[in-house]
Amino acid sequence: MAKSILHTASSRDHSDHGWLKSFHTFSFGANYNPERIQFGALRVLNDDWVSGGGGFGEHPHDNMEIISIPLEGSLQHEDSMNNVAIIESGEIQVMSAGTGIYHKEFNKNSNDSVQFLQIWLFPNQRNVEPRYQQKRYKEFLKPNQFAQILSPNRDDEGVWIYQDAYFYIGKFDTSTKTEFTFKNKGNGLYVFVIKGNTTVNEQTLNERDGYGIWETERIFIEAGKGSQILLMEVPMEY
Amino acid sequence: MKNTEILVVCTHKEILKTIVRLINSNPAMNATAAVSHEEALMLFSSGSFDLVLIGAGLTKEEEKDLIDKVESFRAKVPVVSHYGGGSGLLFTEIYQALSKQM
Repeated sequence: MAKSILHTASSRDHSDHGWLKSFHTFSFGANYNPERIQFGALRVLNDDWVSGGGGFGEHPHDNMEIISIPLEGSLQHEDSMNNVAIIESGEIQVMSAGTGIYHKEFNKNSNDSVQFLQIWLFPNQRNVEPRYQQKRYKEFLKPNQFAQILSPNRDDEGVWIYQDAYFYIGKFDTSTKTEFTFKNKGNGLYVFVIKGNTTVNEQTLNERDGYGIWETERIFIEAGKGSQILLMEVPMEY
Repeated sequence: MKNTEILVVCTHKEILKTIVRLINSNPAMNATAAVSHEEALMLFSSGSFDLVLIGAGLTKEEEKDLIDKVESFRAKVPVVSHYGGGSGLLFTEIYQALSKQM
């Protein structure tokens, strides 16, 4: 029997630093919520809004797979491995922080805010050599289908990470039914509704709701018209 | 009330400095820094700590040895692997470890 957990958009912790407004699905920063620590290897799901010209100054990371998915606007990234890049909607960025990395990221636009998802996954090995990767998925995204944008495999179309996780994103302009089969036994799936609404098995989800489901091999997704959905398949034991 | 004494070991000096600063920003906590497995063992054996936080840079063998030695010296002191290298997960890791201890 499948197990599931619903995290509605309104149940998320919220922090407001003026230039940054963030909604935390899981316990983050000063917000400690012992009931909401993680979903398997998925540890952080932050829904960030950075105002025009604002950004995160230089700060460190280690031993974490850090994934950014801009939803609107563009972010400028600079790190201690001499990567300077701009990422925008339709792209995905990953940093394997490993033994340690410094970076800063700013809203490229001085007037409009940038919206992005910041997602952290526990790595499957500690102290790897830090790495950076960025990929554009917009071109291989087909209407009304999910496209894989992250995996553990270097040869796959999206970015790769040090974890047996798979991410998919889809935009649906008509109501679309999909059967989703898990890649790996023992994995769970975390569904995050970026836009619109969807139904997963019998559960209706609205914008920015999250829904974790595990101990099953497949699920049924009915994406609502005008929806945008992120699927994150992650190991429940890691 | 006594502060929570936390021994932090991390070979990346800048990240170590950041973690120590973050912990010490909490008035109920006090962090002591170690830049190596050896220094961590030395400090642990001569000090009184409530928690050991393992940051980046130790080998698997060093991490295991540190966990084993802390357990054999003072079994009740939790040893936690730190992830993220900053404020994101730090306090959750500390609060979780301390709550399990109680």
